[in-house]
Amino acid sequence: MPTTHPGARRPDRQRTVDSGGLAIAVHEWGEEGAPPILAAHGGFDFAGTFDVFAPLLADAGFRFVSWDHRGHGDSQHAALYNWEADLRDAAAVFDSVSFDAVPVIGHSKGGSLMLQLADALPHRVSHLINLDGLPSRRSFPDVSDHQRTKLMAKDLTSWLDHRRTLVDAQRRPGTIEELAERRGKMNPRLSTDWLRYLVTIGAREDADGWRWKIDPTMRFGGFGPWRPEWSMMRLPDIGVPVLAVLGTAPDPMGWGTAEADVLSHLPPAGRLVMLDDVGHFVHIERPRQVADMVLELVA
Amino acid sequence: MTAVLLQHNKVQLALHELRAGTARPLLLLHGLAERTPGAVPAHLVAWPGPVWGLDLSGHGASSVAIGAGYFCEALMGDVDIAIAHLGPVTLFGRGLGAYVGLLAAGGRAEQVRGAILTDGPGLAGGGPSPSSPAVPTHLGPPPPGGTPDPWALYELTRDVRPPDYAATFARQASTRSGLDTAIAAVGVNRPPWLEGVIAEPGVIECSLPEALALFAAAP
Repeated sequence: MPTTHPGARRPDRQRTVDSGGLAIAVHEWGEEGAPPILAAHGGFDFAGTFDVFAPLLADAGFRFVSWDHRGHGDSQHAALYNWEADLRDAAAVFDSVSFDAVPVIGHSKGGSLMLQLADALPHRVSHLINLDGLPSRRSFPDVSDHQRTKLMAKDLTSWLDHRRTLVDAQRRPGTIEELAERRGKMNPRLSTDWLRYLVTIGAREDADGWRWKIDPTMRFGGFGPWRPEWSMMRLPDIGVPVLAVLGTAPDPMGWGTAEADVLSHLPPAGRLVMLDDVGHFVHIERPRQVADMVLELVA
Repeated sequence: MTAVLLQHNKVQLALHELRAGTARPLLLLHGLAERTPGAVPAHLVAWPGPVWGLDLSGHGASSVAIGAGYFCEALMGDVDIAIAHLGPVTLFGRGLGAYVGLLAAGGRAEQVRGAILTDGPGLAGGGPSPSSPAVPTHLGPPPPGGTPDPWALYELTRDVRPPDYAATFARQASTRSGLDTAIAAVGVNRPPWLEGVIAEPGVIECSLPEALALFAAAP
């Protein structure tokens, strides 16, 4: 069973914070008295996906603090999940670390979350680092109304059928290999060894096999009123130094955001770096390079 | 009034029987911070069949979502849990319940035999596009009994309701229900989402008695 991975280091400290009655699991790398950097993971990930990236910043003298989003990793499963609640959970973690402005990193969904948090609470953010977390309108295909109606009917029925079966729902068990293989379908650019490692820290071993810890009520896709441009429109508001890093290689979990879409929204204190031959998980594919860019920004 | 308790994930829902009967039920969906009334309201007495009311998550005798995270599509799921218990229904939604009723009419178009949308608390929601972001971490304490959940009041007055998004649910209801008229708007106020719905085929504006008669006669 792989419990290690080259360069990976488990957090130095773990604790929980209360967010409206839910226990949010917080993970920290580095000295407790060091200047903090807060980091939000992406959807369907967990803080342990920073196990290679976080130690690079911790070893550079920072207290790297991340947390499992509600329903993810070791955080408590909620009855309901929405964007506003995720933001409140983040604020509860911030409150447990510092009330000063601190550097903030967000990957994917975490990038969009931290962008909104920086817009809502600018006094809490000194630098904003967005790792492939800038969805844009152009990255979503346009379809005809007729097609949209048919697709939506399928999504709606599937989603409601799913909601009817949630009581006592469990994720499908499997071996470490099987869970790694399933995750690999959405993370095809990540190595099998890394995916196996993630199973050992992001899943639990039950009598009938391993299960990802993420709330079984959560699922990909679906529908809702949210528009990708609603996230991007917050970027010009940001008044602190911004570093946006996009991977250009196609990736199932990626947004496919074009360089021009970001440049047109980048604030004056913003920098965009496009990484060729890198997918959505820029900090996992190029941890040293991304960590160095972060260190350069916050120096 | 008797109540049936149903489970929607971690939330327990209270479904109240206001009037017994064997025909297709009228299912009442209350407004924001309201709850199912204790008896059939006078303006709905004309409905010829049984009348039920659902307390939405975080409201009335239903339980709250710990840590909250309310959104209207989840409340559509509440209604669907009630439909799984009752079978085909006609919906009567006030305010928030009108919007949720629209979603349910589109989401379970074959099971919703008409939806009547009218005025009430929470009709407009957060408007057609996002407002300035805010991240409050604490609200006032919940009232005795726990409902209405203060987080429900906060979150369900900020949820964005684009007119074109709402219209897609009206389109689902019209195209999949088989009804000539699937939705009736009987209230006075017309927030942007409802304007978008009214512009769709299969949606009419009429009086409440007309809507009740129309859907009572629907197959």
